[in-house]
Amino acid sequence: MSKRVGVEVSIACADAVGLCDVDVVAAYPITPQTHIVEHLSELVAEGHLDAEFVPVESEHSAMSACIGSAAAGARTFTSTSSQGYALMSEICYIASSLRLPMVMAVANRAISAPISIWNDHADLMFARDVGWIQLIGEYGQEVVDLIPIAFRIGEDKRVLLPVQVNLDGFTLSHVIEPIIMPEKAEIQKFLPPYKPQLRLDPENPVTMGPVGMPEVYTEARKAQDEALNNSKAVIQEVFDEFGKQFGRQYKLVETYKTEDAETIIFSMGSISQTAMSAVDHMRSQGKKVGVVRLRVFRPFPAKELFDAIKGAKNLVILDRVTAFNGGEISAPVALEIKSVLFDRKHHPKVGNFLVGLGGRDVTVQNFEEMVEKVAAAKDGELGPYQFINVRE
Amino acid sequence: MAKETGIVSWKQLNLGIAITDPGNASQLKTGDWRAMRPVTDREKCTKCGQCYVYCPDMVYTKDAEGYYVQNYYWCKGCGICAKECPVDAITMIMEEVD
Repeated sequence: MSKRVGVEVSIACADAVGLCDVDVVAAYPITPQTHIVEHLSELVAEGHLDAEFVPVESEHSAMSACIGSAAAGARTFTSTSSQGYALMSEICYIASSLRLPMVMAVANRAISAPISIWNDHADLMFARDVGWIQLIGEYGQEVVDLIPIAFRIGEDKRVLLPVQVNLDGFTLSHVIEPIIMPEKAEIQKFLPPYKPQLRLDPENPVTMGPVGMPEVYTEARKAQDEALNNSKAVIQEVFDEFGKQFGRQYKLVETYKTEDAETIIFSMGSISQTAMSAVDHMRSQGKKVGVVRLRVFRPFPAKELFDAIKGAKNLVILDRVTAFNGGEISAPVALEIKSVLFDRKHHPKVGNFLVGLGGRDVTVQNFEEMVEKVAAAKDGELGPYQFINVRE
Repeated sequence: MAKETGIVSWKQLNLGIAITDPGNASQLKTGDWRAMRPVTDREKCTKCGQCYVYCPDMVYTKDAEGYYVQNYYWCKGCGICAKECPVDAITMIMEEVD
């Protein structure tokens, strides 16, 4: 039985990558992802991990090297954040379109300007359309567990897509948490060696990434869309397999005290922990409040999410990004949830709040304020979204 | 049909639309793109071979009599041969609508 040990989440994340027998790590350091990449570099340099570490000159090159490596059939890992992700993004689309499994840890950070190294979900949100599977960790153990889970999902013959593991920069990446590090033999049992369906091989030449004429582009996109849609069932199946073997069971959508909740707070990432503390406090005052959070943002688990929130009269939906959409519609997460509600003709009162931008603290009091605002608002008063904690 | 035109169901595409039979570009019927076809008037043709030299898709081959013949499977109808022919022996004719 593994022991719970206090360790920085970034270091634990890198150790988990090491347990997965990766063949290639190509990454460029950027705050707050740096410790993940540095520790992997150490593991390789000190001979603990038999892998190629490619110290590339940019994130664009990192993802390009990862594509080459995955195309050759190697198990591949990289990690980035914020501006680095922005630079890498051109190539990220290609990784998913070429159906190349790889895993990338994203230490979520705000996007400039002004320059901010601190946490929000701006990178997670712009990356929602790159065709990758997006998993989101809430606490250290979850990040560690999601790494082998991500490899197994991505490499599944029914999926074959790259997978992001998102962890909040600093508030999760740099904290020391008690973590159970799985045994290598256990991980090897859970994650069999990667057998690519198609790979670059001089004996059997293939062309990856050819031109797609108008006659085939739509079909190529449809095939890729189906792959991501179908991955949802595989993700839950892999969560279940992991649960059976390691005793930690994960779901696409997690709920906390929602059974009788009149108001549900919807959140993603480490902020959910504060949300749960706020719920405990409000429950002690007799208020029926609960929390729902997504562990998987792409593919969007609409059915599971609806089942989790349909009982509530009021929804408090957090967006950790500035919308920049003209002010007459909600921010991205709330837009997606409203779409789920619209398709099911369900109309709770929805308050969409922009919180925790660029590392701004979100407190238990802030959650209570948001819950009160939605509960007290009359129809139409809440508007598409509002900032919380902004000085006038 | 599928190999000539690239028109297949999304279910039949290779993973990531990879090409697994190298050199299959020669199977793609680029002649389908043609709006006008070059036709050679053998009365005027001097067999100089300029059409063969200038054709960007190498669709001309020399026949037994020494004339240069277009392969309409690949000819995209760009019209360079007609433009370059020193004796105006090549005319671009509108393709019939099927």
